[in-house]
Amino acid sequence: MDTLLIHALNSLLYAAVLFLIAGGLSLIYGVMRIVNLAHGSLYAFGAFVAAWMAGRLVGGPTPTAVLYLVLAAGAVVAAGMGASLEPSLLRPIYNRPEEYQLLITFGLQLILEDLMRLIWGPYPLSVSALFEGMGSLNIGESIYPTYNLAVIVVGGLAAAGLWAFIYRTQFGVVLRATSQNMRMAQAMGVNVNRVYIEAFTLGCFMAGLGGAIVVPQQGAVLGMGVDALILAFVVVVIGGLGSLEGALVGALMVGIVRELGITFFPEIELAVLYLMAAMVLLVRPNGLFGRA
Amino acid sequence: MSLLQTTKLTKYFGETHAVDHVDFTVSEGEVLALIGSNGAGKTTLINLISGLIAVDSGSIVFQGADITRDSIHEKIGKGIARSFQLVNLFDQLSTLDNLALAIFSRDGKTRKLFSLSDADRAVREEAVAVLQQFGLAAKAGMVAGGLSQGERKLLDVAVAYALKPRLLFLDEPTSGVSTREKAPIMDIITQVVRAGGITAVIVEHDMDVVFKYCPRIIAMHHGTILADGTPDEIRNNEQVTANLLGTQHHA
Amino acid sequence: MSPMPGVTQRPSAAAVLIALALVALPWVVEPYQTVLLSYGLIFAIAALGFNLLLGYTGLLSFGHSAYFGAGAYAVAFTVKYLKIGSMELFLLAGILASALVAALFGLVCVRYTRIFFSILTLALSQVLWSLAFKFYWVTGGTDGLRVPTPTLLGVSIGSGQDKMVFLAHRYYYYVLVIFLAAVGVMWLIVHSPFGKALQAIRDNETRAEFVGVQVWHYRWVAFLISGAFTGLAGALWVPLNGLTTPDILHWSFSGEIVFFTVLGGFKTFAGPVVGAVIFNYLKTFAVGYTVYWQMFLGVVLVTLVLALPTGIMGMVARLAQKWRRAPAL
Repeated sequence: MDTLLIHALNSLLYAAVLFLIAGGLSLIYGVMRIVNLAHGSLYAFGAFVAAWMAGRLVGGPTPTAVLYLVLAAGAVVAAGMGASLEPSLLRPIYNRPEEYQLLITFGLQLILEDLMRLIWGPYPLSVSALFEGMGSLNIGESIYPTYNLAVIVVGGLAAAGLWAFIYRTQFGVVLRATSQNMRMAQAMGVNVNRVYIEAFTLGCFMAGLGGAIVVPQQGAVLGMGVDALILAFVVVVIGGLGSLEGALVGALMVGIVRELGITFFPEIELAVLYLMAAMVLLVRPNGLFGRA
Repeated sequence: MSLLQTTKLTKYFGETHAVDHVDFTVSEGEVLALIGSNGAGKTTLINLISGLIAVDSGSIVFQGADITRDSIHEKIGKGIARSFQLVNLFDQLSTLDNLALAIFSRDGKTRKLFSLSDADRAVREEAVAVLQQFGLAAKAGMVAGGLSQGERKLLDVAVAYALKPRLLFLDEPTSGVSTREKAPIMDIITQVVRAGGITAVIVEHDMDVVFKYCPRIIAMHHGTILADGTPDEIRNNEQVTANLLGTQHHA
Repeated sequence: MSPMPGVTQRPSAAAVLIALALVALPWVVEPYQTVLLSYGLIFAIAALGFNLLLGYTGLLSFGHSAYFGAGAYAVAFTVKYLKIGSMELFLLAGILASALVAALFGLVCVRYTRIFFSILTLALSQVLWSLAFKFYWVTGGTDGLRVPTPTLLGVSIGSGQDKMVFLAHRYYYYVLVIFLAAVGVMWLIVHSPFGKALQAIRDNETRAEFVGVQVWHYRWVAFLISGAFTGLAGALWVPLNGLTTPDILHWSFSGEIVFFTVLGGFKTFAGPVVGAVIFNYLKTFAVGYTVYWQMFLGVVLVTLVLALPTGIMGMVARLAQKWRRAPAL
């Protein structure tokens, strides 16, 4: 029975991180119709910044509780990068055919991957002290790391916070209006440029946060961005590009299947995930919550 | 025998009855106009018959066969073609290639991978001939995206015409064109249609054009047919005058 | 893409000169340069295949490494399991395998367009990569599979002969002939009625449908041909490289294929060929120059998109137009 609970918790853990990444990707697409191929790199960048900062302070006078907050620096840096990238690289290509955004963000991905290598070197950074620092809980006869539960909580809070932000605030209204009809919103006086930059920044913040919170558990390693992006794509294919509910449901489905996959058929778990995505597409061609 | 017959043809968009239980018949060789204010359902009707959107209920019978659920490809194959209100052309291909493609497709030649399209003389000559009929021969080499609006409207119709259809739908062939260009364009179109003995349904807003060129007029309003008759009958129909003609200028 | 209808362009004088130069090359430069160009020509074949989808059908695939890799691994499996060493059979295996994969992936992908299409192609190629990676007992995993020098038209390298000389001469000419044939075949395809139908689909999907062209079918066939060309390139690549590893299936290689097509200009026939050859030199230089060659290439790509969207051939075409308009002196 407790193995079942542990599997469930692992699924939620996975889903929480995936939701942050895929949710950010979907949010950006929903508002701006942009797919950022460098989105995974921002996740990785957030992880590296978090690992580096926390890693430098660990063992020093800073209390451990504060160090967990320092992790959030990763999210902030990712957000900052987003805020500077949108006006410089993305805005010039909005009027061009969609393919160009894929090309330019692919170029960006190449640059960011090597930038991380340049800044932090080829070896992984880890802050395992923060992982162990929270101890573990007894679940039945098994032991489960408390940190994982913290990540699940963060993921849940992020989902709730995002929902509240989008459906309960003034800015959320503006965001939704712009995503549904940009020209109309513009005609009604919305500063679309500002909305775009804010949406993009928020999406990058989420990616960076995802990276930051996995650091204690798995560290920051080169290549994690690409792996994350591929999985984020499964999530948005299943859930529908542009839908946050889709990102949530998709993340949960992927989390569960992946957990089962690791346990029962580890070699082909990615193939199984995509098989599931293909089956969803057969029934719902735009994903579960996507629009045409 | 009627060429096309719709029975209780219906399409809803949410609550709106875009096309509401429409019955009408088109006979071979007719040239008729479909008029109505914006939102009356004219384009939706064409979209239903040509296969762009799915029918909610009702039926469409063409040459005795039920084509209600046919795909676009099947309908084209059976002889139904259409032009578009907002010009739909292959903008990066030349004017000649736009037309030649329709002919290649009609003759089943688009499956050919290993022969040069320019080497097919028969197709090229036919394409040039059609362009001449439409007065576009001089622009054969120009990329379609570079043509003037009037030329683009003509080419749009020409491409549909090149399919040698039994029934041709023309959706506002003169819209977006300056007033003095409208008559020449309609002259060419009606001349080509009559010379080819093609049955044509023309959606038009300009009542001058309608009364001059079309012996039969169907007026639509809120998704239903309001009136169906000769220009005189339509002009004298009170409902039509009240709902449609009041807002449009006529001679 | 002929500028004048009814006047299909004859191969220009420049093209003939270039072909002659390619034939003469091994006698003029050192073996290393010839082998380097062989890689360039092979990538050019892949680019030709790729651009059938992008430039002519309007579909941007970010997963073409799947077909290149399918071709490469098909050759490796032919060696490993069938113990065959004939280049001709290698090519056959490569084309069949990549066509099969393309047929399968195409079924899923061509229902979609634009961004969703690109994402799906990327995702599917990564699935293939992960399979190659994980089924290491079949594919050799990260160690890869070795492929020895094959027999060309039944003639083997001969004992005692230097492999480098073999590659720079006989293998180079073998690649060159196939490259020229590939160029010829693709040129024919894009100028055929089928090619025109693809371009029509690219320009206006709805109208293509209303002219009687079944868009989905034609896209699928284009996908198939595109994959087969790229698989052919993969099959030619493996004996040259001596080895195939999962890297060739990874998304990053798909990105490179996109890169060199865009570099050369995807709106012209010759653009992808030019781009592939130049990119090959560019990357070789970059890798030798800095460990951060990815960043270098990324900067080139971003600059390209922002400043030179029609690529090198597009720029050449624009310059050529200016010269033609210049008044005679």
